[in-house]
Amino acid sequence: MYIIITGLLLGGSYALIAMGLNLQYGVARIMNLANGEMLVAGGFVAFWLYTTAELSPFLSIFLLAPVVFALNWLIYRIMLLPLVRRAKTRGQLEVDSILATFGLSFVAVGLMLAVFGGDYFSYSYLARSVPIAGDTFALNRVSAFIGAAILCGLVYLWLNRSRVGLSLRAVAVAPESARLVGIDVAQRSALAFGLGGAITAMGGALVSSYLTLDASTGVIFTLKALIVVIMGGVGDVRGTIVAALMLGILETFVATVIDPGLTLAAAYGLFILILLFRPQGLFGRASA
Amino acid sequence: MNLSRDDIPALAFSALLLGLAAMLPLTGSSYWMGIGLSIAMFTVLSTSWALFSGPTHYISLATAAFFGLGTYTVGLGFESLPFWLLIIIAAAIGAALAGIVGLATLRLSGVYFVIFTLGLAELVRQLTTWVQNLTGQRGFYVLTDIGETEIYLMLVGLAALVFLTGWLIGRSRLGFALRIIGDDEEVARHSGINTARAKVLLFMVSGLVAAATGAILAPRYVYIEPSLAFSPILSFQVVIMALLGGPGRLWGPLVGVIPFTFLWEAISSSFPNQTTLVLGIAFLVIVYALPRGFVGLIEDGRHRLRAREGYA
Repeated sequence: MYIIITGLLLGGSYALIAMGLNLQYGVARIMNLANGEMLVAGGFVAFWLYTTAELSPFLSIFLLAPVVFALNWLIYRIMLLPLVRRAKTRGQLEVDSILATFGLSFVAVGLMLAVFGGDYFSYSYLARSVPIAGDTFALNRVSAFIGAAILCGLVYLWLNRSRVGLSLRAVAVAPESARLVGIDVAQRSALAFGLGGAITAMGGALVSSYLTLDASTGVIFTLKALIVVIMGGVGDVRGTIVAALMLGILETFVATVIDPGLTLAAAYGLFILILLFRPQGLFGRASA
Repeated sequence: MNLSRDDIPALAFSALLLGLAAMLPLTGSSYWMGIGLSIAMFTVLSTSWALFSGPTHYISLATAAFFGLGTYTVGLGFESLPFWLLIIIAAAIGAALAGIVGLATLRLSGVYFVIFTLGLAELVRQLTTWVQNLTGQRGFYVLTDIGETEIYLMLVGLAALVFLTGWLIGRSRLGFALRIIGDDEEVARHSGINTARAKVLLFMVSGLVAAATGAILAPRYVYIEPSLAFSPILSFQVVIMALLGGPGRLWGPLVGVIPFTFLWEAISSSFPNQTTLVLGIAFLVIVYALPRGFVGLIEDGRHRLRAREGYA
């Protein structure tokens, strides 16, 4: 029971982070390998605002979101759109965008190392315990989970109920046809990319309230988010959430029962099973 | 085997260059020996990487995993088995791991493959650390009487083998199949090519070579531990060097390895904290300024020269 609840709490944050990546990959068609760095940057800002101005991470995400959105929007417009235009095939775009976002992620790590140094950073926020179902859990984990759940819910509603959300889903399904019904695909892709980055950075701010981060941990989160996205199905919000919770529980199980150093190995085990048995994602349909 | 008129001078020229490379230890300078070792190591790794990734456009980020397995094989067995046997065992392990990874991921889209290989080194590192913790080990010493000169000569020999293999593959049905896969996988499948088999085979070749390279270099490290042997930066260096040179030609990666090794040497000695930044900028330069690498520049230049002379 303890494992399941801790796992769910962790999975909530994973869901938020992976949702950001899913928007970027599902709609904008960019496999963004610099996603984890966006998360670490979000965590850095939350840490910095908390230690200097005592601003709660739950408030700093509101400051963070518009800035990161603008940054990612610019990255898409300036760096990635030329690649989209240049690419003759989807495969070509994938190779180019992987290399470009890789470059971006290394540059980001390099800059963060230069600015903040290579130390781990953590702060204690809401480090009290709350009892749930007979066990006690840290309040910061619980509140981060609630924050992530609210944000996930908002994104889900927005995608499914609003007109802009509808057009984003249209681009995700068929970019060529979306253009024919009057959707500006480049503009919508930039929107999705910016939004995805902002969601991931907010996830980073929430995660930083209970996990220790350092400048180079981004890639681990990128990997986990990628695994969650593939498991849940590209462009599938519901699948992403289920997959993230599963990953959270599995990781907590492996960390408590076998060895805390094996969390990535556990994620990979899950990844292999998915690739072997359901490469189209948990709820996905086989593509033609 | 039938050799065309152009092949014989090309082969002779390559043999001459290899012979020259093998003379390097005669200079007796330890600085040049160090640089030579790095160049030889990355030539082997990048060229074998490009054998697979060049024609297929599948980017593998797993070099460090294979390399680390190679060093570990030697580290575990150097006291009981002869060194040459360990290199062969390491190569076999590398090929087997590449085969497993290839079978699991290469039947699917390229993105899955990239993601999988990205974490492979970390995965193997976690598993090795775990096993070592169970047995109460941290790392171990590799004390042999194999010096830098022997390592260097073995690497040059391995490079010769890799180039020869690449040249033979390029002329074979397998190489032809791979080029078709790279152009259009759908077409390849429809014309009766077993695409998964071709890709897995080639990936196994590059895994094998990387593991053998790791085994050869193990004596140089003296002390081996997981975070050293499976350092992920190696995978990225290999990819950058190969792409910088141009993975479309057999000799392409070599053109990238030499300048990048000097650059890397200079940067890591004077700005050791900025190496990640340099890697990032190198990636961006490749994507935006040199999409076909130096080879692309050279070929464009040649083309223009010919056009000016009125041949094109």
